[in-house]
Amino acid sequence: MTAHDVVIVGGGPAGLSAARRLAVSGIRDVIVLERESEAGGIPRHCGHTGFGLGQFLALPMRGPAYARRLVEATHGIEIRTRTTVTGIEPGGRVHVTHPDSGPAVVSGRCVLLATGVRETPRSARLVSGTRPWGVTTTGALQQFVYLTRTKPFSRAVVVGTELVSFSALLTARHAGIEIAAMLEEGERITARRPGDWIARHVLGVPVLTGTRLVAIRGLDKVAAVEIERGGRRETIACDGVVFTGRFQPETAILKSGHIALDPGTGGPAIDQYFRCSDLQFFAAGNLLRPVETSGLCWAEGRVVAANMILSLKNRLPEATPAVPITHTAPLKYVYPQRFTAQMGVAGAPPLRARVSRAARGRLRLLVDGRELWSHRVNLLPERRITIPSDRLPPVGAQSIHVELIED
Amino acid sequence: MSYDVAIIGAGVVGCAIFRRLALGGAKAILIEKGADILSGASKGNSAMLHTGYDGALDTLELACVRAGYAEYREIHRHLNLPLLETGGLLVAWNEAEAARLPAIVEHAHRTGLADVHLIDATELRRREPQLAPAAQAAVVIPGEHIIDPWSPPLAYALQGIAHGGEVRRRTAVTGGERTSAGWRLATSTGPIEARVVVNAAGNFGDLVEAIARPSPFRITPRKGQFVVFDKPAARLVRSSILPVPTERTKGVMVVRTAFGNLIVGPTAEDQEDRAEAAADEGQLRTLIDKAIRMLPALAGDTVTAAYAGLRPATEFKDYQIEALPDRAWITVAGIRSTGLTGSLGIARHVSGLYSQNFGGLADNPTPIWTPVPNLAEHSPRPHQQPGYGEIVCHCELVTRTEIEAALAGPLPAGDLGGLKRRTRCMMGRCQGFYCSARVAELAAGRLPDLPVRSAA
Repeated sequence: MTAHDVVIVGGGPAGLSAARRLAVSGIRDVIVLERESEAGGIPRHCGHTGFGLGQFLALPMRGPAYARRLVEATHGIEIRTRTTVTGIEPGGRVHVTHPDSGPAVVSGRCVLLATGVRETPRSARLVSGTRPWGVTTTGALQQFVYLTRTKPFSRAVVVGTELVSFSALLTARHAGIEIAAMLEEGERITARRPGDWIARHVLGVPVLTGTRLVAIRGLDKVAAVEIERGGRRETIACDGVVFTGRFQPETAILKSGHIALDPGTGGPAIDQYFRCSDLQFFAAGNLLRPVETSGLCWAEGRVVAANMILSLKNRLPEATPAVPITHTAPLKYVYPQRFTAQMGVAGAPPLRARVSRAARGRLRLLVDGRELWSHRVNLLPERRITIPSDRLPPVGAQSIHVELIED
Repeated sequence: MSYDVAIIGAGVVGCAIFRRLALGGAKAILIEKGADILSGASKGNSAMLHTGYDGALDTLELACVRAGYAEYREIHRHLNLPLLETGGLLVAWNEAEAARLPAIVEHAHRTGLADVHLIDATELRRREPQLAPAAQAAVVIPGEHIIDPWSPPLAYALQGIAHGGEVRRRTAVTGGERTSAGWRLATSTGPIEARVVVNAAGNFGDLVEAIARPSPFRITPRKGQFVVFDKPAARLVRSSILPVPTERTKGVMVVRTAFGNLIVGPTAEDQEDRAEAAADEGQLRTLIDKAIRMLPALAGDTVTAAYAGLRPATEFKDYQIEALPDRAWITVAGIRSTGLTGSLGIARHVSGLYSQNFGGLADNPTPIWTPVPNLAEHSPRPHQQPGYGEIVCHCELVTRTEIEAALAGPLPAGDLGGLKRRTRCMMGRCQGFYCSARVAELAAGRLPDLPVRSAA
């Protein structure tokens, strides 16, 4: 077993940003474990532009260029690629395997979990119909088109209208794949307008709101999808279906382990210092929740690195007593999930939340039943909600609660 | 080229018969219309190694299940096939069901399973603390275990090939005529001559039977849908949780898989279509609800996949197996739901029929063993040894060496489904989010139907 100051699991924006911050601070006994042959994370697979705004002094970049910048910025911190983490254990122990050397164990005085997210595939959505070739996620489509330069199908239906769904449209256009339709169950698209206007008028894609995918047809290859709109069934001929979004934290290495997960986010529950239930483990990036921009993940990586530096010097406050942060519907989640009752040396991040459906009203932050903050809001699913935490945690508080009083 | 025997259908039953007859010295050919073995009924089942505790007495099915069970235990190590010894618990969820348990135990004893016994709610709770409080009592079936649905038939087919057999895929039998020597089968890839034909055509059994005679049975495919929970869910049970059966089916069970998941199923829905095993959202949700009623802690767990299989049911309860000596034909049909366990027993029975009617088979005292790569989680897998190339499928930790091996050898994967069944790639929680492009790249040129073209 080799021991390090910090072991970082995952070489995406959050993990690489933390590595950079540690290096800059002179903490160099750090390794980044990355299962792919190159670090960079999901941006590696995103051939379109828009990355790195406000982060590097540069124009927005395409994903792969951004990923390379992230790697260069780590100032020579060791990145072990092709290294798969198979499990974690108390004591900061991380089980890995590598194609050439086989299984091994590494340990860190601090371990940062930054394994990111994946989209929910068709199977977990319980869609009716057959299971032919030609059903993918945006991520898989991007890998086909940008990494292996292949075209898995020629006419596809895109399911979902999150931000990533429009990335699927751009990817399809790049590969010359015709998009037969974009489906949205709700009455309006999930991503910010004018995404639908661009889809319709720039990319020429029919965006069907109020439309549900009923079934996939075809034995070996996709032949068609059945949809339901306005109470009527219709069939759309296509040879591909792209399920987009509904991101889930990639917790595969955690679930058989000992780290407490939050059912709301699907990721590890953290305190305001990004500490997991096992205080030797920290978490950052999209593993914390579905789903934020690479820029926000990068910013989190910087903050969590600062906290790990304090932890290495035993300067982070004790973990207990901690005050749990509760919430009620239509809020889907709020994180951090607990506030350690001592105000520490580092500033606390804001609370972040999401709703599970569109809602408007007054968003309130209550401490021991007393309103500490409130704000009028008009909330939509998959939009970031930020609640200031600068007055948290009050000494001696028993409960922190976030709620929405709907109009 | 003329063969002693042509077996139509490379499901688990066809593969096992192919193996047994080839081991006995017959020159055998296994014909499959799909792109790979296991393209039909055998690709989706519950993967149980079944004791036959509930089998009807004095039936061929029970005899074959018992013989198949015994032979699997005997040969599985030689072929590197898994055996996850979970045991089964048949659980009563109300008093009416509890009242039926003693009869189930008594029946199991009459089938020869002396170790089957009753336990009360307290003992049940001790063994399975996660079961819902409604669980009243249970029958313990110590020998009811888990195997994997795909590697046994592959190993049987490979052993048949090692003993001089031939497997021809993408070959649909379209008709046949009697010759002085036996049969000339018309197929989509040209005629095949054989002394004897074995019909093991599964869901197409009655259609193939019509080549030899008006079929005395009709196949009505019975669809069984399953939901696969992600691996952490497997922590919730140790044994296979079985229901008190009804007239029609064994009912919905919750069982672990050799791959480390937990599955719930099957449904039992009759349908006319013989090829399309479509999943249905409503049925899948019903299965999930049933599973959560049995195991409340499952409520927070995620679903990895859902699948549907078609069982070749006939209007008869028992297997339809018979030799027609004057037609040089052996019928093997109606292998509904016990085929995975029963296949080795069925193969022995068919080998007996063959010897009696068409000439003796030798008993090979030193067979060639053809071990297959291990797919099960409870035994070592390639990613635990250096030199595996790369991990291609991160969810199931499938290595490049495994994928390359599955695309080579005497019976390489015939299509993407075959590659998935040989390696588990793309079958994990992300269902190809990360690996489908890489898998397609590795398989390019070797899986002819992979519809991948160069991007513009």
